[in-house]
Amino acid sequence: MSVREKFDSELYSSQDQLIQLSNMAVNALGKSVGALLNHDIDAALEVIEEDEKINRLEEEINDRVILLIARQAPVATDLRRLIVIIKVASDMERVGDYAVNIAKETIRLGKEEHLVQIVQIEKMHKLATTMLLQVIDAFVEEDVSKAREIAEIDDQVDDLYGEVLTELMLAGSGNPEKIRQITQLAFIGRYMERSADHATNIAEQLFYLVRGRHYDLNK
Amino acid sequence: MSTTQAINNRSKTAGLEQESSQATSTSSVYDTKQLNLWYGDNHALKNIDLDIKQNEVTAIIGPSGCGKSTYLKTLNRMVELVPNVKTSGQIMYRGRNIFDKDYSVEELRTRVGMVFQKPNPFPKSIYDNIAYGPRIHGIKNKKILDEIVEKSLRGAAIWDEVKDRLNENAYSISGGQQQRICIARALAIEPDVILMDEPTSALDPISTLKIEELVQELKKDYSIIIVTHNMQQAARISDKTAFFLNGEVIEYDNTDTIFSNPSDKRTEDYISGRFG
Repeated sequence: MSVREKFDSELYSSQDQLIQLSNMAVNALGKSVGALLNHDIDAALEVIEEDEKINRLEEEINDRVILLIARQAPVATDLRRLIVIIKVASDMERVGDYAVNIAKETIRLGKEEHLVQIVQIEKMHKLATTMLLQVIDAFVEEDVSKAREIAEIDDQVDDLYGEVLTELMLAGSGNPEKIRQITQLAFIGRYMERSADHATNIAEQLFYLVRGRHYDLNK
Repeated sequence: MSTTQAINNRSKTAGLEQESSQATSTSSVYDTKQLNLWYGDNHALKNIDLDIKQNEVTAIIGPSGCGKSTYLKTLNRMVELVPNVKTSGQIMYRGRNIFDKDYSVEELRTRVGMVFQKPNPFPKSIYDNIAYGPRIHGIKNKKILDEIVEKSLRGAAIWDEVKDRLNENAYSISGGQQQRICIARALAIEPDVILMDEPTSALDPISTLKIEELVQELKKDYSIIIVTHNMQQAARISDKTAFFLNGEVIEYDNTDTIFSNPSDKRTEDYISGRFG
């Protein structure tokens, strides 16, 4: 029996909560994009409502980790794991916030017909989701090679975002009445790009957890 | 190129990996080379190599019976008081092997003071406790002794608490104060090194913190080697940490590295409380 069985069990419970939080954030992002594509206001409202659960879970994780640090004075990998859990929880909570922002834009757009650039937003979402799911897997398995691949996908998301912006600007010149939608889609593109960045942040945290050193995966 | 790409490209050149270990350039006070020690048939220290730097606090950690106190007591050859002790290897103190036949143990112990687990003042006045060492070394002049007593008590951060009761028995003050009297007693002979064997294990948390702060002050003028069972204490006050296990040094590195990213799994398991 491990000397610190209770501590280990608390530590891994916090990690389980983090996985749960991550899945909730990825689902929220998916639901918000689904609502956008289908002009589904009810689904968008649900995303906004359910974000409270994500926020509450992040707070619970933080409180639990702080208590563990105070009670157990962890060091080395244990301490890094706890710090990384707090940071990743914050990244995932932020992804939940982007889902809320997209849901709000969806409500503002209402039934207005979409510009064609919405297809690229969908592509960005697919890539960002792949990254987020893969980084959760990598985190559970502590697989840094998987984490490294995430940074490569992030480059594709950044390229797509660049293209979306250029095309939206061009679309704007011929459709002054669509300026509002163009701005909203530009924002949504930004939220996707930021969500993907958070996946990269998490991948960097995983490197720190496993190797105890800081890595910049945007190199 | 998009703004995002431009920023990413810029961050590529700024990206860096940080190394946790840093080399130090201070000179050695003790350099232990292939030290072995036996208590009869019990091989208590095995091939110890440790280079201890001056003006640093070196912590020695490890589970009970791992040889850490034995190693500490070898540094002033106090271990030789135990019957059937045999040693091999070298401990170079300031460039001379302390096991050399013509090395004077008395001289060594004048240079290397020691503070023990339980405060052990002499059953004498506070003043006489501090003046004891200097008197043995032939200092009889009252004025000089007064100066040494004040300087030593100030050095041990206890002068203000006892200056009006120097003639009281050292047993009349608290345990934490007694331990600082013992540190002052060690300082009175103006040592080069102070060995501390779990100096706070019998003290309350406030007295412990006072001793820890004192250790930080003392390292400006002395080199300190401290054996401790308190991991957080080692992490708080030492510059380097040596992890002993079954008579061997498993890992010796900067304390920051030992407590954030140790290289050996046994070190990690010990400091994170998974055995010992």
